[in-house]
Amino acid sequence: MGKATIDFDPFNLIITGVGGQGNVMASRVVGNMIIEKGFHVTIGETFGASQRGGSVMSHLRISTDSGFSPQIPKGRAHMVIALEPTEALRVLKDYGNPSVYVLCNMRPIQFVAVICGDQPYPALDTIIQSIRELSKQAWFLNTTDAALKLGNPILGNIMIVGALVATGLLPLDRDSFKAAIGRVVSPEKAKVNLAAFEQGLTMLRT
Amino acid sequence: MNTLRSRSEHTPRLVMGNEAIARGALEAGVSVATGYPGTPSSEIIENLARVSAGRDVYVEWGVNEKVAMEVAAAASFAGLRSLCVMKQNGVNVASDFLLHLASSGTRGGMVLVSCEDPGALSSANEGDSRHFSRLLEVPLLEPGSFQEAKDITKWAFDLSEEIRNVIMVRSVTRLSHASGSVVYGEMPETKPHAFFSHDGDILDPMRGPVISGPVEYKHKKQQEKLQKAIAFFEESPFNTYTGPDTPELLCVTSSAAGFYCKEALRLLGVEGRVGLLKLGTTWPLPPRLMEKYLRLTDKILIVEEVIPFLEENVKIMAAELSPKIGAKVLHGKRDGFIPSAGELNPDIVIAAVAKTLGMTYGSPAATYTQRATQAAACVPVRDLAFCPGCPHRASFWSIHNVLRMDARQGFVCGDIGCYSLGISPTGFGTLKTLHAMGSGTGLASGFGSLGRFGMDQPALAVTGDSTFFHAVLPALVNAIHNKSEITLVVLDNSGTAMTGFQPHPGLPVDAAGKELIALDIVRICEAMGATVRICNPFYLKETERILLELLEKRGGVKVIVLKKTCALSPERKGKKDFNMFVNPAVCLGDDCGCNRLCTRIFKCPGLIWNREKTVAEIDDIICVGCGVCASICPSGAIQRKEIT
Repeated sequence: MGKATIDFDPFNLIITGVGGQGNVMASRVVGNMIIEKGFHVTIGETFGASQRGGSVMSHLRISTDSGFSPQIPKGRAHMVIALEPTEALRVLKDYGNPSVYVLCNMRPIQFVAVICGDQPYPALDTIIQSIRELSKQAWFLNTTDAALKLGNPILGNIMIVGALVATGLLPLDRDSFKAAIGRVVSPEKAKVNLAAFEQGLTMLRT
Repeated sequence: MNTLRSRSEHTPRLVMGNEAIARGALEAGVSVATGYPGTPSSEIIENLARVSAGRDVYVEWGVNEKVAMEVAAAASFAGLRSLCVMKQNGVNVASDFLLHLASSGTRGGMVLVSCEDPGALSSANEGDSRHFSRLLEVPLLEPGSFQEAKDITKWAFDLSEEIRNVIMVRSVTRLSHASGSVVYGEMPETKPHAFFSHDGDILDPMRGPVISGPVEYKHKKQQEKLQKAIAFFEESPFNTYTGPDTPELLCVTSSAAGFYCKEALRLLGVEGRVGLLKLGTTWPLPPRLMEKYLRLTDKILIVEEVIPFLEENVKIMAAELSPKIGAKVLHGKRDGFIPSAGELNPDIVIAAVAKTLGMTYGSPAATYTQRATQAAACVPVRDLAFCPGCPHRASFWSIHNVLRMDARQGFVCGDIGCYSLGISPTGFGTLKTLHAMGSGTGLASGFGSLGRFGMDQPALAVTGDSTFFHAVLPALVNAIHNKSEITLVVLDNSGTAMTGFQPHPGLPVDAAGKELIALDIVRICEAMGATVRICNPFYLKETERILLELLEKRGGVKVIVLKKTCALSPERKGKKDFNMFVNPAVCLGDDCGCNRLCTRIFKCPGLIWNREKTVAEIDDIICVGCGVCASICPSGAIQRKEIT
């Protein structure tokens, strides 16, 4: 196996979602997978108060060097992974550019403003169209529903990591996932996470 | 998986800033670590607690930051290395003791780690504790990378023993809660033995009594210690310069702002024109080092977060050095080159450097951003809300209703915790004041004494169970002793929920899960002489009945303990009490006189308002089955089925 390479240095990856969707966990797993491949990664995260139903974001700076800021400069994301569709648009507004790739879970998490009837949840077709127009390439999938079948909707976060591997945009594979998940969760939990990962891999390929 | 037990290694691993700080303390051979939970600091003590069993480390969550600091200081006086960890607000709480400690000095290496929150991402203010180092006259260290978070923490213990005083280490959210590459060092084999020598001469710092007097003598000694620290700072590897020999501009920075500077210079392509002095030893500044770098150019930009602390100190130094290095133009927060409030990011620093150099910097995707902003206009802001199944939503529902029924314009004084959200729509706008830990009860005690001036509004206070022990107890004593007329609502969710469910003195476990003595809030309040009631806040009717009874009861302090475990607690997480569903045949939607009580007012995230069908629905992914919404539906359309 030759030395893995990345297309940009740093490669700026944003993982976004709503507090409680397993955003931090997904960024830890991807970060550890990257480390397995011999790269450095800096991860900037928002958690704490924002766990309570707020928008959350993890910034991953993947590089051969270790000194990058835990915040990506505006307009400079290479890829956005969204665990929730409206969060993709929110992130593109600040960090997107015409060359950005988007990988998006389409299961909405309602806003308080939508729940109380003040505002409608934006139409999913409109969101898809906007994301397509605002990206170089975009993939849409429903990991939450698939994860629910595995027994826990939160596994959607690991499923989307599988889908990320399938895009081929980063030098990641099944082995790096196995090593990384072993660092992040207990062996019993690793099993169902691996199942979610495998499903994510095939979801994008089929 | 915790990696802190690992041996030293050559390859870097991905480590969170707080884990790196914990590792640094372990590599320094720390014996006692204390703290009080607060974002973004909590993971340091949590990580140390996890490894404490296998090592000779005693880890303790203190009742508050001042006591935590005193417990850590006792270990130092007994010759052990000790660490005390808190968020910025905690330093205010600990400061009374700290001011004396800085004067009495320490024995075993003692380090205070303050993790701060520029931009107040998870705080009620943007406090900056760095000014305490100047006030207390103790050295301040600020790591600027994940590796430095570990290395500086470790070195701080050595420095503390060199000068025999406490050392402050300041981290920020973007370091503490971010992750990056760290290479671990050796873990020492420690054989700590605690013994407090106190029989020596009063002026003997290692064998005499530990006190802050004779004051003038000790103050002088303290300043000699600072001079000794400066000598180390002059040679410190944590102060680095990168850039040309004769730069047009010198950026002086510290902490996470160093990342943004580096990124800004790279993106502007001015690394060959601008020098970057990143300081890890930020107070007192080492004069020879500062002279060397301030001499390089006449134009200086100071980049830091929150208050212009570094800026003021660099300006003092530049003034003192001016006979040698000439006059300088210094930009920073005071002249608006760097914003004086809020968190920094690479773009803010890019703008400041570009302005200083007279350059223009166009956003890389200006027209794109315009289009994307239009597309995102349909996306509402995600307001923070109590979690589905949160006991606080039910508690505030009842408090809010009872205050309206009472109709005397009663109000609730708020406090610090998840329940601070009671001030927002998710808590029905119930809180009317919000200040420091314990201030809700203190303020209520004050309001409750204003009856003599004609005030007839019922004054209530809320507190969490952890906050009750931290700072509410003295305020409650005050209210009872002074015959203040208040109702205290203890929102007891069995843990310090906001910061990740750490234990507190009301629970029978320590930071590592080992057995301790639990103090009973109800019995404490009864022993103090309050009228006390206890209720499960999910029983709305019962809660409202008791609250109303207490509000109507004249004289003295009334306490109601609303006890229900947090929805995110290990005990409740992932476990439903009920399967919830809406019977569409019964839900009258807009035709029901309730005006959508469930979604419009109660608005638990587990509920959905179906705009097409105009009925309420349950979001099965989000709903945790607490069953409370069934109690508020007047038509009985929301129904619950017990899970057996």
